[in-house]
Amino acid sequence: MTSLPIERHLLRARDLADRAFADGVDVEAMAAAAGLSRAHFSRAFKRTFGQSPHVYLLTRRLERAASLLRHTDRSVAEVCMAVGLTSVGSFTTTFSRTYAMSPTAYRAAYPPATAYAVVPACVRRLYGRPGHVPVPPASDPARSEKTGPVSRA
Amino acid sequence: MIKLDAVQMWVHDQDEALDFYTRKLGMELRQDVTLPEMGDFRWLTVGTPDQEVEVVLMSVPGPPMTDEATGQEIRSLVAKGFAGTLFLGTDDCQRSYDELTARGVVFTQPPEVRPYGIDAGFRDPSGNSVRLTQTTGVAVP
Repeated sequence: MTSLPIERHLLRARDLADRAFADGVDVEAMAAAAGLSRAHFSRAFKRTFGQSPHVYLLTRRLERAASLLRHTDRSVAEVCMAVGLTSVGSFTTTFSRTYAMSPTAYRAAYPPATAYAVVPACVRRLYGRPGHVPVPPASDPARSEKTGPVSRA
Repeated sequence: MIKLDAVQMWVHDQDEALDFYTRKLGMELRQDVTLPEMGDFRWLTVGTPDQEVEVVLMSVPGPPMTDEATGQEIRSLVAKGFAGTLFLGTDDCQRSYDELTARGVVFTQPPEVRPYGIDAGFRDPSGNSVRLTQTTGVAVP
């Protein structure tokens, strides 16, 4: 049996993030799943999947949060905890930056009927993931402390 | 009238794949033919006991099938999990999940209820995504 490509080990780490994102899995745990040191893992992951493990985890959580907002009536705080994030304030900020509207506005924008679309969940999870919006630099005068739609520029 | 005869998957190692699809998933070996005139190309297929359709466990290409660089690209795509999905049906997703787990299959997603049914997911040893769906036909709120 030929040896496995490194990508297969990195995929195990990504699968762990997909499976256990709600249970406090972090980049450290992902690196362990791939059998690589933290620094080597982060570089290799980004080279392979095009984004850092931290961003992968975050967008995974945001995608699940958006789904819970669309399909359940759980509060924003409950949704935040359910996807493995602990600070409601930073969840709201990050969500708003990514989806250009607050979690509450997002919920109001989508009718619950979308829950009934017959598209396999694995497909929805892949295509439903948001793009990552980088945090603007602290010196950027355009940066807003408010939680609301923020330009993706 | 046409019908579905076979689907093809890239695998990292044919023996490893054969072991996984037959011993762990319970499929049966259908064809295992090695062609010396084609660089020892091995045509390896499996299927489920009640269906004619076959899964072709095709070795990832390199010479002489493709050039080495292309072969490497495809090997990388498979290992990254980007080489497609095999959708399998079951009449009892939870039971299949329990049986396969007992045989050492590691699931990436345990059975979950969807509007179209109950499904679970795992990977084959190469990294190919495999879904296991029990179609209920009942919309779930």
